[in-house]
Amino acid sequence: MNSRKYLKVYKKFLHTSLASELEYKTNILVDLITAILSLIGSIFLLTIFFQNNGYIGGWKFEQALIIQAIYTILNGITNTWFNPNLTEIVKHIREGTLDFVLLKPIDSQFFISLKKINPSGFLEIMLGFFLLFFCIRINQINLNLSFLTLSLITISCSICILYSLWFFISTTTIWFVKTWNAIEVLRSFLYIGRFPLNSFSFSLRIFFSVFIPIAFITTIPSEVFLGLSQLWKILLEVIVATVFLITSRRFWLFALKFYSSASS
Amino acid sequence: MVQNIIDVKNLSKSFDISSKNPGIKGTIRHFFNRQTKSLKVIKDISFEIKEGEIVGFLGANGAGKTTILKMLCGLIYPSEGSILVSGHLPFRRKENFLKNITLIMGQKQQLIWDLPPIESFYLNASIYDLDKFEAKKRIKKLSEMLEIDEELFTPVRKLSLGQRMKCELLAALIHEPNILFLDEPTLGLDINAQRNLRKFLQKYNKETNATICLTSHYMKDITSLCKRVICVHEGAISYDGKLKLLLKKLSPVKEILIVCRSEKDAAKLESLGFNVKNKIKNEITIKVENNSITSSLKTILNNFDIEDLFINEPPIDEIIGKVLMKKDYDI
Repeated sequence: MNSRKYLKVYKKFLHTSLASELEYKTNILVDLITAILSLIGSIFLLTIFFQNNGYIGGWKFEQALIIQAIYTILNGITNTWFNPNLTEIVKHIREGTLDFVLLKPIDSQFFISLKKINPSGFLEIMLGFFLLFFCIRINQINLNLSFLTLSLITISCSICILYSLWFFISTTTIWFVKTWNAIEVLRSFLYIGRFPLNSFSFSLRIFFSVFIPIAFITTIPSEVFLGLSQLWKILLEVIVATVFLITSRRFWLFALKFYSSASS
Repeated sequence: MVQNIIDVKNLSKSFDISSKNPGIKGTIRHFFNRQTKSLKVIKDISFEIKEGEIVGFLGANGAGKTTILKMLCGLIYPSEGSILVSGHLPFRRKENFLKNITLIMGQKQQLIWDLPPIESFYLNASIYDLDKFEAKKRIKKLSEMLEIDEELFTPVRKLSLGQRMKCELLAALIHEPNILFLDEPTLGLDINAQRNLRKFLQKYNKETNATICLTSHYMKDITSLCKRVICVHEGAISYDGKLKLLLKKLSPVKEILIVCRSEKDAAKLESLGFNVKNKIKNEITIKVENNSITSSLKTILNNFDIEDLFINEPPIDEIIGKVLMKKDYDI
């Protein structure tokens, strides 16, 4: 793979999608306000849960706030990259415009996963980081190199898992044509990621760890921040992320063999 | 000797198609127990296309023209048979192959809707690994050929269909492909826009010796661009050869409209045994076989006082319409 070319193309993607989005100023403004209100709403919801009880699933409010911060960062990434691109796959397949993507001398997964960005998602990412730094202060977390490395690894793995899940569902469009509902279900499962895994019953914990690994997405990075994480959990997250990423890639290449293009 | 650039042998394609009965009962049954059947849409076709040729694919709606085109450019996997395009197996979609071809579809667009087309051109240029200088040079050259200027900097959503199509062409040709697959490129365009597009394609073919495979329902596209046509009927090839030959075979007669100086002359002409189509006062239309036109004209001009004379070709749409309805043409 020619990384120089891919970097050049990505720069063009950034430029064109930013230019496209900036054509609609009001839309961006509304998105920015929505991001701020959504974060305020989530924190408010969390305070209600902790109002009568100091702990939920063994987590204090200040600690649970870390999960909210990581969730906000991941949600920001979802809104910046996954939502505008991966939902478009369904449209590409239904309308047959995937033809143009497949006939370009560039990796089709790269093209459809990164062509667009939604700039308002950046604000969410920034808000998430602000909240995370605030949490680091109130939880008196000691920032050092190993901590930063582990945080980076676990957050990157979370992004990979989330992307793979979403991409996997979108790919099934090649057979099922419409998969909006499945993506909506995934999004609603993601909301669960705002709460500590321990706050759920045993069976739900198993479900969210094994079948839909939402637990890996927010809880493990949060545990790293609090110094509660065990090495096996981090290793498991790395393995899960790698398996998901490879599987989603192979699934995409396999599915393309069944692409019949839309009729003209 | 000109080499074959496209080589298709015993190509077939089947699709699984589901069918549904009307009404609520049919809908429920379709939801729970979907019946699918395999439909062979392309049936054992073989043909070759030489470098620099412009070939028109003719066929009724659903005949399989677009499916053939999509298999040739590697979008659809063939069920049986083999395809070689420029020495490549298209469905592998290797980079070298993709850099050599382009697909233009009249009813689909790749330009970024909210931005001026120039942004899409530079994006495509980076995908085809062209540097900025080279991209600029090619955009200038193609925009001059297509006669577009201000349109380059106007948002796509503000362009007319004709202007948009020209820009689609530029976006699809920026990498200077030597095989063009065009699926109804003039669809929905007005007469002038259609003519300009055809002029451009002729020029492009002449200058670059690019091979062009074209499908169109506008006969003018086919007659002015393609010397050779491949007629597709229900997934099989019903005719593959020169368009001229097909037309000659299918329309062995021409119509001659003769305007005589007097009604008397017209009546006399009628009595000479010509195949008269109609006669209105001093105007008479006769049908003459292609091989006896010269002798017939000689007789008419020598024996009658003629005011005016027109030789009409039969409408090509009518002739092609006949082709599309038939399974086989042995010419």
